[in-house]
Amino acid sequence: MDFVLEVLVSILIVVGGFFALVGSIGLVKLPDLLTRLHGPTKATTLGVGGALAASMVYFFGLEGELSIHEVLITGFLFLTAPVSAHFIAKAHLHQHVELRQGLPLTGRPQGWSTFDAPPEPDEEPQPDQSPRG
Amino acid sequence: MIEYALVFGFSAVSLAVLLNLWRLVRGPTVMDRVLAVDTMVINTIALIILFGIQQRTTVFFETALLFAMFGFISTVAYCRFVLRGDVIE
Repeated sequence: MDFVLEVLVSILIVVGGFFALVGSIGLVKLPDLLTRLHGPTKATTLGVGGALAASMVYFFGLEGELSIHEVLITGFLFLTAPVSAHFIAKAHLHQHVELRQGLPLTGRPQGWSTFDAPPEPDEEPQPDQSPRG
Repeated sequence: MIEYALVFGFSAVSLAVLLNLWRLVRGPTVMDRVLAVDTMVINTIALIILFGIQQRTTVFFETALLFAMFGFISTVAYCRFVLRGDVIE
């Protein structure tokens, strides 16, 4: 294998392991759940992305052709990490209703969408929903 | 050189899994434990990928993809259960 590719794979593996470790240290050290969410959702996702990029470069150097599997796993993980973090934060807010007083204002007549009902739709028809000739 | 990098990567990710396990055991609330399991699944995917690099085989990609899907689905199912009291309504 080419020496440049080998150095690149090593750097990506080390960076990935470092960020995975940083995310888990954040999960242990930070004080409460809403701050603890930052470690896994950002640092650990970046860590596993580094490992997947290392794998992609390594098998490119080994077999000479670029495989799409890692891109699939990376895309799936990068798409699902914010969704699961959102779900966890929402479930935590609903379990601890006293946190509702500490939430910032939304700046609108409605409150936070996870607590309040959606606003009533307007009476007049929206112009962008009308059929266009 | 890749061998030394792999040793570092395996050590770091394994230590990360141990820290997740600590949070899973200690975690004061239910959602802490769900978050710990979610992070553990992601770290396990990184371990599987590094093992695939070490063994020079590509058969572990499907395993990693299955882990990613099941980790996401289980996290969402846990959160649905806590939020609504039911997974599928």
